[in-house]
Amino acid sequence: MAVATVRPRSFSDNIAQAAGLDARLLAMLGILVLIWLGFDFLTSGIFLTARNLFNLSLQVSVVGIMACGMVLVIVARQIDLSVGSQLGFIGVFGALLQTEILPIADPNTWWLACIAMIVVGTIIGVVQGVLVAYAGIPSFVVTLGGLLFFRNAAYQINEGRTISPLNETFQLLGGGINGSIGATWSWVFGIAAIAGVVLVVLRGRQRRRGHGVAQRTPLTDAITIGVWSALIIAFVMTMNAYQQPKTGIAMGIPIPVLILIGVALAMSVIAKKHRFGRHVFAMGGSPESAELAGIDTRLLTVKVLALMGFLCGLASIVITARLNAGASATGTMTELNVIAAAVIGGTSLAGGIGTIYGGILGALIMQSLESGMILMGVPTPMQKMVLAVVLVLAVWIDMAYRRRQAT
Amino acid sequence: MSTAPLVAFSGISKTFGGVHAVENVSLDLNPGEVLGLLGHNGAGKSTLIKILSGVYPPDAGEIRLSGSPVNIRSTRDAKALGIETIYQNLALSENLDSVANLFLGREITNRFGFMDDEAMEEASRTSLDRMKLRLPSLSKLVASLSGGQRQAVAIARAVHFNARVLIMDEPTAALGPEETAKVGALIRELASQGLGIILISHDIHDVFDLADRLAVMRHGKVVGTTRTADVSKDEEIGRGHV
Repeated sequence: MAVATVRPRSFSDNIAQAAGLDARLLAMLGILVLIWLGFDFLTSGIFLTARNLFNLSLQVSVVGIMACGMVLVIVARQIDLSVGSQLGFIGVFGALLQTEILPIADPNTWWLACIAMIVVGTIIGVVQGVLVAYAGIPSFVVTLGGLLFFRNAAYQINEGRTISPLNETFQLLGGGINGSIGATWSWVFGIAAIAGVVLVVLRGRQRRRGHGVAQRTPLTDAITIGVWSALIIAFVMTMNAYQQPKTGIAMGIPIPVLILIGVALAMSVIAKKHRFGRHVFAMGGSPESAELAGIDTRLLTVKVLALMGFLCGLASIVITARLNAGASATGTMTELNVIAAAVIGGTSLAGGIGTIYGGILGALIMQSLESGMILMGVPTPMQKMVLAVVLVLAVWIDMAYRRRQAT
Repeated sequence: MSTAPLVAFSGISKTFGGVHAVENVSLDLNPGEVLGLLGHNGAGKSTLIKILSGVYPPDAGEIRLSGSPVNIRSTRDAKALGIETIYQNLALSENLDSVANLFLGREITNRFGFMDDEAMEEASRTSLDRMKLRLPSLSKLVASLSGGQRQAVAIARAVHFNARVLIMDEPTAALGPEETAKVGALIRELASQGLGIILISHDIHDVFDLADRLAVMRHGKVVGTTRTADVSKDEEIGRGHV
């Protein structure tokens, strides 16, 4: 048996531990920075403009929201191939609801439609989950069926029409011209976020002291607060630097990005701090052990897929609002982007391993590559080919890294 | 015995596809007793144990716990009754750390289900200290622990939640001599605290020194029980039971 050697803690360890991050994450962040700098060079400075980063953050939100759910699905040793079709179907459903059932201009229409869309997504997830967990049909098959079913249901229920325009308040959720919170509120958000980081760090110290558990060094905690604060301030400044084209008013953080941040935080907490997340990881690592530990693995599987459906509903709100239209083809092939984001982010298809932040970083890396190649004028087929190669390479590197870790 | 046994099987049977895996077994386990359950592969010992630990329901027969009949329908029921099982593969989740494994399925949470990691870590350390078990770090993944360390986690998990009956499947089969001795001492210690312990093995040498009593199974039936104090190892083997 291997005996762990104790080595003194280096400064980089401190930084890594500070952000609550591992070496893998730092490597991914490094790759992201390289991609950004590379594209900035290749596009003569267009890539790292406020305008492009603003759009990038907007584009990444839909896949990012769904990737959070997909990470847990894959960690639980399942797969959901239907998420792209769900996106389309729920979008058409929400658009029909606004234009044909609810009064389109009514002030209550937008949130009624949102709740209905999220409920529909959750129900789809529950049904697929029950088929997987209780009928024992592999999730690959169930959700492949879902992919076909919901894509075509999206065409069936609106007879192929594109439904537009939608409720005006609803449109804001897509982050259009008015769909950002402006400079002032962005700073309020930024300061609140920094306060949140400080609070979490201090509470951590307090709890560890209370239970006599090993304390982190003050330096580590200081670095934690410093790194996160710098990131938050840079983010707010970038979003505020982008101005509405005609009026010159600062845009600030787009609402979809706020939704993504909220989802990412909530899902990270669920994955790491909630019993549910712990059980999902246990089940993914060893279904038999989880079962013997008294975990109801069937119910848990249903919950995981239901959560995925819930997030599809949320993502569908964002994309439908952004397009200001319910279109049957929305989200075609998105399932592959979502799965790729999770996998590039280090989620193991063997189950039991994965992180929410990894999934979001994976989505960000994919979107950055796509966006950069568009700016460079790379033809669409070539873009997809590059993404395919990156996906395979990323998994290969990740596996090699894990093997080194294991020895 | 004047008091009721801790566990009493009576007339337990279980068939799989017409094969009698366990046939009309009656067997007692007393508090503070270490019972060795011996038999070849397929003799029915694992099935019998899985009935007690809630994995399989019996087809016929009754289980009494301290005199009262119990209906064990799931592993959760068994755990609620204080019956803990350590499987040969230990049933640990290798992708989780020791604390997570110790509390798996029984996490300390607030009422919204959010876990108190520090409380669980503290409780794990207390529990391991009480049993004089040592682990290098509680936050290391189980995948990186040695066989004996894993066994320690599995045992700590089993006894942490006030177990009354501890079932161990081949507890020392995968261990070296030093770790075997440690686990053996731990088993005696737990028995002296009043737990009833069932050790399952196909090799008499693994359990003879630890057990107070041996029960031998063959073809789904208990074909004999003996107190280890009354016989020698060779005698028991000589009688053809093992």
